[in-house]
Amino acid sequence: MTEFESRLQLASKAVSQGKLSRRDFMSFAIAGGMTIVGAQLAFTKAARAQAKPGGHFRAGLGHGNTTDTFDPATFAHGLNFGWGRSLTGATLTRVDSKNNVTPYLAESFEPSDGAKKWVFKLRKGVTFHNGKALTSDDVVGTINYHNGPDSKSAGKAYLGGVASVKADGPETVVFELKGADADFPYAFAQYQFPILSITDGKPDVSGLGAGPYVLDGFEPGVRAHFKRNPNAFAPGNFDEVTQLTILDPAARTNAYLSGEVDYIDRVDLKTIDLLKNAPDTAIYDVSGFQHYTAPMLTDLAPFDKLEVRQALKWAINRQELVDKVLFGYGKPGNDTPVAPTLKFATNPEPAHTYDPEKAKSILKKAGLEGLKVDLSAADAAFAGSVDAALLMAEHAKAAGIEINVIREPNDGYWDNVWLKKAWCHCYWGGRPTADTMMTVSLAESASWNDTHWKNARFNELLPLARGETDETKRATMYAEMQQLIHDDGGQMVLMFANFVGAMSTKLGHGDFNSDNDFDGGYMYDRWWFV
Amino acid sequence: MHPVLRTVLQRLGLGLLTLLAVSVIIFSSLELLPGGFAEAILGQGATPETVAAFNKSLGLDRPPVTRYFEWLWGASQFDFGRSFAGAGGWREENVREVSTIIGPRLYNTFFLAAVTAVIAVPLALVLGLLCALYRNSWFDRIANATTLTTIASPEFFVAYILVFFLAVKLRWFPPLSTVSATTPFLEHLYKAMLPALTLTMVIVAHMMRMTRASIISLLSSPYIEMAKLKGLEPRKVIVKHALPNAWAPIATVIAFNLAYLVVGVVVVEVVFTYPGIGQLMVDSVSSRDMPVAQACALIFAATYILLNLLADIVAIVTNPRLLHPR
Repeated sequence: MTEFESRLQLASKAVSQGKLSRRDFMSFAIAGGMTIVGAQLAFTKAARAQAKPGGHFRAGLGHGNTTDTFDPATFAHGLNFGWGRSLTGATLTRVDSKNNVTPYLAESFEPSDGAKKWVFKLRKGVTFHNGKALTSDDVVGTINYHNGPDSKSAGKAYLGGVASVKADGPETVVFELKGADADFPYAFAQYQFPILSITDGKPDVSGLGAGPYVLDGFEPGVRAHFKRNPNAFAPGNFDEVTQLTILDPAARTNAYLSGEVDYIDRVDLKTIDLLKNAPDTAIYDVSGFQHYTAPMLTDLAPFDKLEVRQALKWAINRQELVDKVLFGYGKPGNDTPVAPTLKFATNPEPAHTYDPEKAKSILKKAGLEGLKVDLSAADAAFAGSVDAALLMAEHAKAAGIEINVIREPNDGYWDNVWLKKAWCHCYWGGRPTADTMMTVSLAESASWNDTHWKNARFNELLPLARGETDETKRATMYAEMQQLIHDDGGQMVLMFANFVGAMSTKLGHGDFNSDNDFDGGYMYDRWWFV
Repeated sequence: MHPVLRTVLQRLGLGLLTLLAVSVIIFSSLELLPGGFAEAILGQGATPETVAAFNKSLGLDRPPVTRYFEWLWGASQFDFGRSFAGAGGWREENVREVSTIIGPRLYNTFFLAAVTAVIAVPLALVLGLLCALYRNSWFDRIANATTLTTIASPEFFVAYILVFFLAVKLRWFPPLSTVSATTPFLEHLYKAMLPALTLTMVIVAHMMRMTRASIISLLSSPYIEMAKLKGLEPRKVIVKHALPNAWAPIATVIAFNLAYLVVGVVVVEVVFTYPGIGQLMVDSVSSRDMPVAQACALIFAATYILLNLLADIVAIVTNPRLLHPR
């Protein structure tokens, strides 16, 4: 870096902090040999990095039902990510763009007893929207609400390891775990766990929280409107936020093009070029944890045979699936559900690419030539699932495998097909850690173990790795586990799908989170208008 | 008893029976659908324990026959119960009455239907009359070809074309029709304009062609010949002599189309994100929110019954032979 470049970087930093005016920056840059246009661009770029309050952020989202409520026990879709994480709700911890867990409502969290006991200290002076102060009782009540015996919450899945939760004074919460868990604080960054206000032992699930925005109008399935909460300990940048439910992708695109909204999610990839050419538009394209899978039930014929699973893994052209189903907005999977951006992710060898000859020879060796299998697919599993299944059938033909694609109804897919049919399509939104991803979908006791895979070594390693605080040892264990899933498991990870949206270039932002869409659900308080 | 009154009473009685049958059918078909509210809400996250907890708190663990009669008893007193969404929660304020969910959306649907009807019905009648008057002329052919094209195109396609030109290119109308209870009347009208135009294009052909056909079929009658022979101009022949006798079939078709405007516009609602009752019905069926789905189905059935009744009354009133039977 030349001296001018390093000084320019300093000057840019000063601009981004609002310490250097445009005039001063320009005269410095031009004196250093930049053209006027170049200097102008450099200034705009630097100024954009500076968050500032104001404006009305309108998001057009392909999520939302008339049955939606603000009860976090029912949170499941894209609107809820924001509700729980950066609109009305505030969680104990947050996940940053590097997938590290950071303090939020909890000022600190410390493990002891080999990560079997966790002590969370709450931030002082935090209040709910109604002015009530946040105390450890609210935290305990919230956890019990999700973890109680008649809980209906999907968040219960994260709390299986909790043996007891107790308040220790108004600002401290102590968790005793059944087994050691070095990743425990990640659970409390999930959007199901905004801390609820507890009165008389009952949580307020009306949308009242301690988050950066206050709910200001809600029509389920139509829109939700929020106003900045000036009393939040970290208020959002926008004055107002509106979430509009626009389920039709073409209507979403039109709403964006005509300036009705500033951001849309789930862009129709077939027409994405239209948006690329639109004025002042940036494509939001983030490679996330979300992956599309084809789970095989390893206790049902013919998938109980290892050779069948291996042959099928070699018989699918995943790159073509990415190109044709995701229009290139994704990455081919390698039969480990741990996203490449996650800590402890590996890329097990040999990478499963398209090799029909190899598939054929594996089957021949096992005397399984002329393999015929059924594959259930429906677009409820993931957009383009039926197309993907047909492509898979074509690919497998070259390996002498006949895949009979069964198109299942979207309605009731998760009840009647997934976990029941021997081979089907599925998607995973991803989990914040390698451990949670594996625990939820591959542990033998998991209710979502959608391959019925029961590998002794894997299930022995899983709790060991969870409790291990030595990072190097942990990494070795996770590498071995991913290798086991890759070689032996029934989980065929077809591809990792990107989150693709469109946003106005008037929106400023930092690095995007990859754990969920919408900048991890944090866009409402992290983004700003430049 | 006067024939009109008798028809009305007869039809209302039969209508009640129809509603009862509809309620049985909708209830049993929702029961037959795989999965329940808990599974639909929890999606992939439905574990047997959470589903059981959900069903218990919603009372879905009781036999269907008991639940049906409970619901019927409530519905007969216009109490449609509570939506499953938010019900069974820990707090009462999250519980939503079906009537408060349906009310505003029903208003929106009727609003859109009314705006469309105000545009489409006169337009169709006038076009139909003109086509009959200048039948087989260029005007007739162009009007027919245009309206048939718009009715033959899928609704969403017509909608996209209108959005592309009128909203994205010309920016005359907003592409989204997100109205709420607090939207002022004129703004509501403005926002509902694109969906109303779309629906107009979808329903005009049917009514226009029926007007044209029923008038033309009368033109060979002796009394029309008489009117022509006494030297009346063609316009008067059609409006004064042919039209009064053509009302019955036209009224039936108009009623049919108006009913469609209330019950069948879900595609247009989705394209414009107009919060009408069609979207609500689809949502509530797919999430198995049975109280809401049943109430919607009853409203739809009642709309059909009442509008058909209205068409029959018009047919009787405009036909002296039916109005004064011997």
